[in-house]
Amino acid sequence: MTAAVPAAAEDRASRTTLRRIWAAVGLPLVSIILALFVGAIVIIASELLVGKGGLDLGLPLNAYGALFQGAFGSTDALVQTAVSTAPLLLAALGVGFGFKSGLFNIGAQGQYLTGALGAVAMGVALAGAPAIAAVPLSVLAGMAAGAVWGFIPGFLKATRGAHEVVTTIMLNYVAISLLAALVAGPLNTPKSISPVTKDVGNASLPVLIGSNGHLGILIALLMVALVWFVLYRTTFGFEVRTVGANPDAARYAGMHPRLLTILTMTICGGLAGLAGAGDLLGVSHQMTSSFSTTVGFDSIAVALLGRSTPVGILFGAILFGAMRAGAPLMQIQAGIPAELIDVIQGTVLFFLVATPVIGRFRFLRGAHTGLDTTQITRSYGEASR
Amino acid sequence: MTTTPVPMGSSPAIGSTPALEMRGITKRYPGVVANDGIDLVVRPGEIHALLGENGAGKSTLMNILYGLARPDEGQILLDGKEVRITGPSDAIARGISMVHQHFMLVPVLTVAENILLGDETMANPIFLDRGEASRRIRELGTRFGFEMDPDARVSTLSVGWQQRVEILKALYRQARILVLDEPTAVLTPQETDEIFAVLKRLAAEGHSIIFISHKLYEVLEIADQITVIRRGKVVGTRTPAQTNEGDLAELMVGREVQLTIDRGVSHPGKPVLEVSSLSVADDRGSEVVRGIDLEVRAGEILGIAGVAGNGQDELVETLVGLRRPIAGRISLAGRDVTGQSPRDMNEAGVAYVPADRHRFGLVLPFSIADNVVLTSYYREPFTHGQIRDDKAIESAAEEAIAAYDIRTQSATARAGTLSGGNQQKVVVAREFSRELALLVLDQPTRGLDVGSIEFIHRQVLAKRDAGTAVLLVSAELDEILELSDRIAVMYRGQLVATVDGRTADKQEIGLLMATGGRERTAELAVAAAAKEPS
Amino acid sequence: MDGLINGLYGIPILGILIQFIGYVVHIVPDISPLLLQAATPLALGALCGVICERSGVVNIGIEGTMLASAFVAWIVGVAIAPLLPADPSPIFGITPTLLIALAAALLTALLISLVHAWLSITVRADQIISGTIVNIAAFGITGYLFQLIQKGSPTSAGAFSAFTPPAQLVQIPIIGWIFNMFLNQGPIAMSVIVIVVVTQILLFRSRWGLRTRAVGEHPRAAETVGINVIRLRYRNVLAGGLLAGLAGAFLTMEASNSFQTAMTQGRGFIGLAAMIIGRWTPLGAFGAALLFSSSQAIAQSITFAPPGGDLGNILTAIPAQAYDMLPYLVTIIVVAGLIGRSIPPAADGQPYEREAAT
Repeated sequence: MTAAVPAAAEDRASRTTLRRIWAAVGLPLVSIILALFVGAIVIIASELLVGKGGLDLGLPLNAYGALFQGAFGSTDALVQTAVSTAPLLLAALGVGFGFKSGLFNIGAQGQYLTGALGAVAMGVALAGAPAIAAVPLSVLAGMAAGAVWGFIPGFLKATRGAHEVVTTIMLNYVAISLLAALVAGPLNTPKSISPVTKDVGNASLPVLIGSNGHLGILIALLMVALVWFVLYRTTFGFEVRTVGANPDAARYAGMHPRLLTILTMTICGGLAGLAGAGDLLGVSHQMTSSFSTTVGFDSIAVALLGRSTPVGILFGAILFGAMRAGAPLMQIQAGIPAELIDVIQGTVLFFLVATPVIGRFRFLRGAHTGLDTTQITRSYGEASR
Repeated sequence: MTTTPVPMGSSPAIGSTPALEMRGITKRYPGVVANDGIDLVVRPGEIHALLGENGAGKSTLMNILYGLARPDEGQILLDGKEVRITGPSDAIARGISMVHQHFMLVPVLTVAENILLGDETMANPIFLDRGEASRRIRELGTRFGFEMDPDARVSTLSVGWQQRVEILKALYRQARILVLDEPTAVLTPQETDEIFAVLKRLAAEGHSIIFISHKLYEVLEIADQITVIRRGKVVGTRTPAQTNEGDLAELMVGREVQLTIDRGVSHPGKPVLEVSSLSVADDRGSEVVRGIDLEVRAGEILGIAGVAGNGQDELVETLVGLRRPIAGRISLAGRDVTGQSPRDMNEAGVAYVPADRHRFGLVLPFSIADNVVLTSYYREPFTHGQIRDDKAIESAAEEAIAAYDIRTQSATARAGTLSGGNQQKVVVAREFSRELALLVLDQPTRGLDVGSIEFIHRQVLAKRDAGTAVLLVSAELDEILELSDRIAVMYRGQLVATVDGRTADKQEIGLLMATGGRERTAELAVAAAAKEPS
Repeated sequence: MDGLINGLYGIPILGILIQFIGYVVHIVPDISPLLLQAATPLALGALCGVICERSGVVNIGIEGTMLASAFVAWIVGVAIAPLLPADPSPIFGITPTLLIALAAALLTALLISLVHAWLSITVRADQIISGTIVNIAAFGITGYLFQLIQKGSPTSAGAFSAFTPPAQLVQIPIIGWIFNMFLNQGPIAMSVIVIVVVTQILLFRSRWGLRTRAVGEHPRAAETVGINVIRLRYRNVLAGGLLAGLAGAFLTMEASNSFQTAMTQGRGFIGLAAMIIGRWTPLGAFGAALLFSSSQAIAQSITFAPPGGDLGNILTAIPAQAYDMLPYLVTIIVVAGLIGRSIPPAADGQPYEREAAT
């Protein structure tokens, strides 16, 4: 690497850069391709079994074509993709932030729901107030409600050793019931046929682009930058990552793992809560007692796919957001049910963790096989002793 | 020095065909020959002690016998017939049982359940026959002199009784060859005596016992034959009548001390670290550091010698703030720092090189740069307010890489990708690159190559010459002798002696490490004599 | 605020409590078969959890396993019903179709569990991720196929019918309803109590149970006495999967006769909750499942036939969803050790790496 041969050095440098990029994206990329392939097999096989048509090898292409069309084919489609990406992105940032700190937050669903609940409660109360006050206050209320839903498992883990996987699963279902109770009770619109809250009125997020491209999309993108900044540019983020990577070394370095656990879970909850608030204030504007979401599991898939890094999560969220946005068109044009997206999602995750399968691909040597997060759930059994 | 060997237990007639013969066992691991042509002959009814320092190759040899490792060369003969032992179940089936140093008992199960496990007595194809099992367990217990309650939960038993459960487990399987790996390491002297009585009865009934230890007086008390292993080779076989503690210690640690670097002359200044009556508990709550007093002066190296597991790790962790003492006082340059946090200690000028660098020393997935600032990331110049200054961090890392000769492509390389020696240099770089009052080193060169060892030793001496007080803990006696100005020997949580590092005699220290000092040996001899009224 | 506090003091609490007990005693005999019915999938799910986790494998994929089996039971039934004789047997209304459908459901559960076992035992992937994969994929594939099939004509292959216990037995005063509860059931619900008792006895009295508990607590110790940890864990995960499959079949073959999207509605997770509250024992888990189903059933009867007086006012003021939350809240309280901490097996969730024989 002497100055005498700068060309060779440059060449080598660019090759190292390429290798690094490959190391980061090789596995997710191959997993996605394999999952799409499996999805195609599912389409063909299911058509053979239950469809009227015979063997139609072109059907997967039609389906994926329609999916792509529905996600990226027009301005409206692009906006819809952005709208579906935003909550996924925020919730997955929440899950990924937890992963970075060694915490498995499967409570994004509950945090999303309480976030929406907080937002609708505040939004309805401020429906007549000026938007400049109503919007930020409602968004904050949603974020705070989600944060509370993250704080509880964080606090119980730090102080009582209750494993966050168990508590967050349980809190997901508590949130569903709580939401139904409040929508049917105090938040219900009088004289409505079925339980539903009032409209959030002025607290609705302003539409920036297209028919429903609301402010929440921008907030989500800002959060990517913010979370990245916090994780990699602040001392707090360094502490979070250190606790996640080596709790003993963190303790020696003078950090406080318990306090960080509480803070991290609260932030996870706040981010997922923000996702719920965005959907409520930007898309539905009111809440029925059956208000629900697939964001809970989707966000885990996205966070794992993005290797818990904000930039990776951004790409993962766009991918799955686009699929969610394009699925209706796929259903109409190719007659393929939208649930195919869930099949693909499950399959992507499978390939991400199934190292023996992936390990067969020679060209993946040099890429990180296996997730850094393969063992997130530390000491499930020992947690409470 | 002539401690009379304690009289042997009534040895039965020793048969002519060995119960076990291991011939020319060789086992190589990458970089080391763990066993190098080891021969071992154990006769029926014999208690055969396997003596050696940690890492001498005893455990490897026993793992081979138990089927946990395959020898590269050599034969194993049971009752004169050559066998290949394929795994633990095969070993058990052939009548070999092992009592591991860390008990292999399931705490939440009962004594009977633990004993039955894997070799269940069945009432029918599905259900266990607990009545029969209990009866056999009681019977076996009575035969060897103790009353065992088969329905007690193992977690409620003392360590000594847990060990009896382990022994019963072996007897229940009709083991003829019983391997005990450092069985007394966790026992009190009384418990040790009781277990010895049990072992002697076992031998009297014709069982062969292989007793792994590095405690000389115990070996002399219990064994019929003693095989000493050093660096993977058998260096001698003795009977207690032919030998004494001095002879065994010399065999165990070797005679020569190789000084490879000139350590120069030390100029001790004022006391920096003063510890008085310090007691510390381990994770399970038992007191493993028991009322230690020590002092380290500026510009001197105090070496703490001792067999691993005598409380050194806990002592060190307490000194750097990772553990809170249960009693006693620590002061640094005259200031009381007892019970302060790791960060407080760090800021007070205490540096720490841990024994397990992957646990406390490094964050392996992080870059070298992040590891270099692991304890100072929150201070200027690495942080302004809450915002990290990557440039400052990187340039600190570049400096460290240059100053400590860390072989890497860049400061952004992950610590996990470095070799062991370079990883340790990262730790050393972080801990050494500032004004220090006290340097705490716990096995600082374990598992490193010769070059890295020498490099780190030079750095330590440089720190000493710059006026830092250095506390060096190591199980490598050579390392202690090479660096220390004064040497203290730690035994069972106490410092049993302190000697001058320049005039220290390796045998003497080895003896102290193994026996805890003459008083202790004498005490035992008296106790043993008192027990045998004949 | 003061008014509220004074109001509370005004309530004769003891009286209300007695009234409540009276109400429960009054309604429970009427709804008793429902209690066991609602508890059945929860109990089977919990037993699946017990068998897996006692051997050290966490299974949060119970929900997905249940859902997929429920779907397969239904779809196989629908597909083969036209091909086979449809005369139901007088006992439980069994038809060949139903038996084949049941077998298909169990096979499905077995295959899904095999995936979970492979990922968590052989690949040593994070067991929570593996369970999540099962849940996502099961939700997706059942929803996907159900959508496709719905375009045809959704049919039903019928369902097991309940046994009618002799009237003399049911009408025995005071305890007659207990017979009604356990006997006025279809075959799966009726077998639950047997499965629970058998599992309980096997877990604590048999060789398999002893080895399972040892492997879940201290796999290394088990290995040193010659037990094959990997094989035992595989077997347990598969056996547990069968029970989750039975729970799924129950939903579409006994509790109803058709499939709905995401019809498990969290029952697999309540099963996990019951397992935790039951302290990883079959009987305890069954008790917890019954407790959960009773609280639901009582909540329903309150809405249909509220008791009179103060009690009625209080009970109707509590939203029905409060009872839905109960299992989850109780579980959180228990894992936090606020009352009666429940401790999982020590090696639960930790992949086991065999000691290398090099």
